[in-house]
Amino acid sequence: MQRIGVFVCWCGSNIAGTVDVEKVSEALKNEPGVVFSTNYQYMCSQAGQDIIKDAIAEHKLTGIVVCSCSPRMHEATFRKTAAAAGLNSYMVEIANIREQCSWVHKDMQSGTEKAIILGKAAVAKVNLNAPLTPGESPVTKRALVIGGGIAGIQTALDIAEAGFPVDIVEKKPTIGGKMAQLDKTFPTLDCAACILTPKMVDVAQNDKIRIFSYSEVEEIGGFVGNFTVKIKKKARYVKEDVCTGCGICTEKCPQKKVPNEFNMGMDNRRAVYIPFAQAVPKVATIDPNYCTMLKTGKCGVCAKVCTAGAIDYTQKDEIIEEKYGAIVAATGFNPISMDKFDEFAYNQSKDVITSLEFERLTNAAGPTAGKLLRPSDGKHPHTIVFVQCVGSRCDACAEKGKEYCSKICCMYTAKHAMLTRDKYPDTDVYVFYIDVRTPGKAFDEFYRRAVEEYGVHYIKGMVGKVSPEGDKLMVRASDLLANKQLNIAADLVVLAAAIEPDKSARPLATMLTASMDTNDFFTEAHPKLRPVESPTAGVFLSGTCQGPKDIPETVSQASAAAAKVIGLLAKDKLMGNPCVAQSNELMCNGCSSCERVCPYGAITYADKEFRMPDRTVAIRRVAMVNEAVCQGCGACTVACPSGAMDLKGFATSQIIAEVDAICK
Amino acid sequence: MKKVAYFPGCTLKTKAKELDRYARKSAEALGFYLDEIENWQCCGGVFTTSRNEIATKLSSVRALADAQKKNQTLITVCSACHNVIKQTNHAMQTDEEFALKVNNYLGAGNEYDGKTKVLHYLEYLRDEVGFEEVAKKVVKPLTGKKIAAYYGCLLLRPNSVMAMDDPENPTIIENLIKALGGEAVVYPYRNECCGGYIALEDADSAKKKSTSVVASARSHGAEIIVTACPLCKYNLEKNNPEAKVVYFTDLLAEALGVKEDGNE
Repeated sequence: MQRIGVFVCWCGSNIAGTVDVEKVSEALKNEPGVVFSTNYQYMCSQAGQDIIKDAIAEHKLTGIVVCSCSPRMHEATFRKTAAAAGLNSYMVEIANIREQCSWVHKDMQSGTEKAIILGKAAVAKVNLNAPLTPGESPVTKRALVIGGGIAGIQTALDIAEAGFPVDIVEKKPTIGGKMAQLDKTFPTLDCAACILTPKMVDVAQNDKIRIFSYSEVEEIGGFVGNFTVKIKKKARYVKEDVCTGCGICTEKCPQKKVPNEFNMGMDNRRAVYIPFAQAVPKVATIDPNYCTMLKTGKCGVCAKVCTAGAIDYTQKDEIIEEKYGAIVAATGFNPISMDKFDEFAYNQSKDVITSLEFERLTNAAGPTAGKLLRPSDGKHPHTIVFVQCVGSRCDACAEKGKEYCSKICCMYTAKHAMLTRDKYPDTDVYVFYIDVRTPGKAFDEFYRRAVEEYGVHYIKGMVGKVSPEGDKLMVRASDLLANKQLNIAADLVVLAAAIEPDKSARPLATMLTASMDTNDFFTEAHPKLRPVESPTAGVFLSGTCQGPKDIPETVSQASAAAAKVIGLLAKDKLMGNPCVAQSNELMCNGCSSCERVCPYGAITYADKEFRMPDRTVAIRRVAMVNEAVCQGCGACTVACPSGAMDLKGFATSQIIAEVDAICK
Repeated sequence: MKKVAYFPGCTLKTKAKELDRYARKSAEALGFYLDEIENWQCCGGVFTTSRNEIATKLSSVRALADAQKKNQTLITVCSACHNVIKQTNHAMQTDEEFALKVNNYLGAGNEYDGKTKVLHYLEYLRDEVGFEEVAKKVVKPLTGKKIAAYYGCLLLRPNSVMAMDDPENPTIIENLIKALGGEAVVYPYRNECCGGYIALEDADSAKKKSTSVVASARSHGAEIIVTACPLCKYNLEKNNPEAKVVYFTDLLAEALGVKEDGNE
């Protein structure tokens, strides 16, 4: 018989407001096995934990039930408390009387009644608990960073700095991400390339970092400390180790009409290309969709001009398999498509552009060599209208845009407006906004400079329509403060498009079994206290794949994720979860039902000798569980027709006892 | 000949007779028959401003139920009727309380479940007949005519219910114009409001709206403005007497060679 202690937490008024905690601890006193029951204001506090420790010693408790918040919140806390008092951690059960009780009930009587029932169920379960000891598994001391933008770069550099090897997988031919496309960065206006490209070089030169560019993650298996990942290195038709990056092929290639994605399609590149001068790795890539040689077999100009002999038209995709201890998602963002925002005439006029296109138009390495010229006629625009929140904060148009605030647009629009006025004082600049949101160090000062020193016309109100009329764009908008309609004849309209997670994030989350929110941003393990970890052990989050962020925030989060990875890789062994499946060999008939449903491949079979009652020996095929691989999902226990499979800590008998206690 | 249920609407029997007449003639030339539902009444008028008035929706629901009994798609021509009937149908499908109230009025045995498919005549041409098929039947192509499609607001919005075309950059009428051999003029004000019923209480506002639409079409080279809405036609013509505004069925009948000359 167990000696059980019950500890009911008030959680301030969170629980005590709707649950009569005194009544709960009193009612549970009489449950079978319970020898001690009490309640306290904050059970998770030092004083509360001391009550538990003292009770374990004083009453020689063999199991405890804590009626408190969700086990997601404090199960680990109370397990540690029990262990400190010499009780096996797995003799602790949590009855969730907060999230699933006090928070959802308004009436004290029904709340109390339900809390008692939940407590009874937990007591019934603890009566059947047995001490469990977690197994250990080794840690592969190598990290994988998926995405080579500023987030992935920073995470990789920090992990490498601590002495652990890191691989970066980047689907584009170069690392650098969106930041490489930017001109200047707010609020200090330093040039993006000047601060990013040295970091890219650091990555390339760091002997702890390997870059798999033009590569994608194909398959992820294993678990924390022991991931096995298949990486597809796409054929770039150029031998990476031979190419010197001289660029002669990119000048001689006769296929000149390929939209240049680095310049947002505003100019063309060749079929063989190096995305930009500072690309890392600086090697050429042949675009198979446009290369005449690959498509028709007739051309071969690049191979002829390449003095290094790096061109290889026969190259095939290559699969690399590698083991990792930790995985960091740093898949980044993209501006949303403007196709559904035709009121701004993005598809009707070349002079309606997105902010990222504007970045390229003002970038010295961009299609106009940094001169701000209209895409339609190459003329200098004299009136520019910036429209903020295009697709952001769109609660009434969820099918078009996003409900959330994209966070970065207010600041980069202020930057664009200010830089335009600085460089071209003859230009009238209007910014239409819903709200100007500038929290952040030196951010509001920056925005005010745009208004006060640079004379940017900030107008509260949205643009309703942009109509191309002749060579002008007629912008119809409302000025909400003046309560009037405005009609502005603009030369250029710039749309601050909402940002969304990269399309590769969703399939990656599936491979990682990592959770996502409805907007396809990765979910963090705790929104405040564990912001850089995914709920999936061993998976960490860096940058905008977790939510909209500017560069300073991205870099902070990237370093934080790296710190978490280093903490993991620094361990030699990891404690596993002992709540895994086990097979009762005497009952198993080797039918393979469990193997078929196991999503982790944790079940194998072995022929074992069994001594029979008549003293003969029989050989039977029975299931065996690999405890390091099993994640304790319980699918096998349901599938097993003979009831041989059971989950430690969640045995069928324990679950039934809980149900019985609830239904009694 | 394939029969489809047809709801003409009041205006098509009075001020917009040619919209009705040429819709029927063109349909026959294209191989389908507009089977006017019996005992139809006014669609009930502007849906959006009288969302909660059940009584004004009953006639629309009866028309929808009638089409269901015939097992036919319900076709409309007038933008305003189409908007009301489509939105009413949507409410019957998605708003339980609305549907319950309506069905209580209709009485036991006459309940309507929202299953009738409602298509605007233009949609029927595009999705069921096909503009390529229309083009094949053209005998007098509108070659050289610069025609501006005017959508107004009721035909396309709210997009989540009407689901006919992109409300900000529609193409359906332009594609019909092209199928008829004409030159479609694309201009930014083609989906703006003509002023609608505001003409009754604030004629100046309606004038402002209508003139900007016509001016925008003209500045892009339009000779003819084509619409599906009697109210749009009224506002545009009233405020721009020199503008040539015609119904789309007019052009359709002309191109198909079923328009009687001098009989308008």
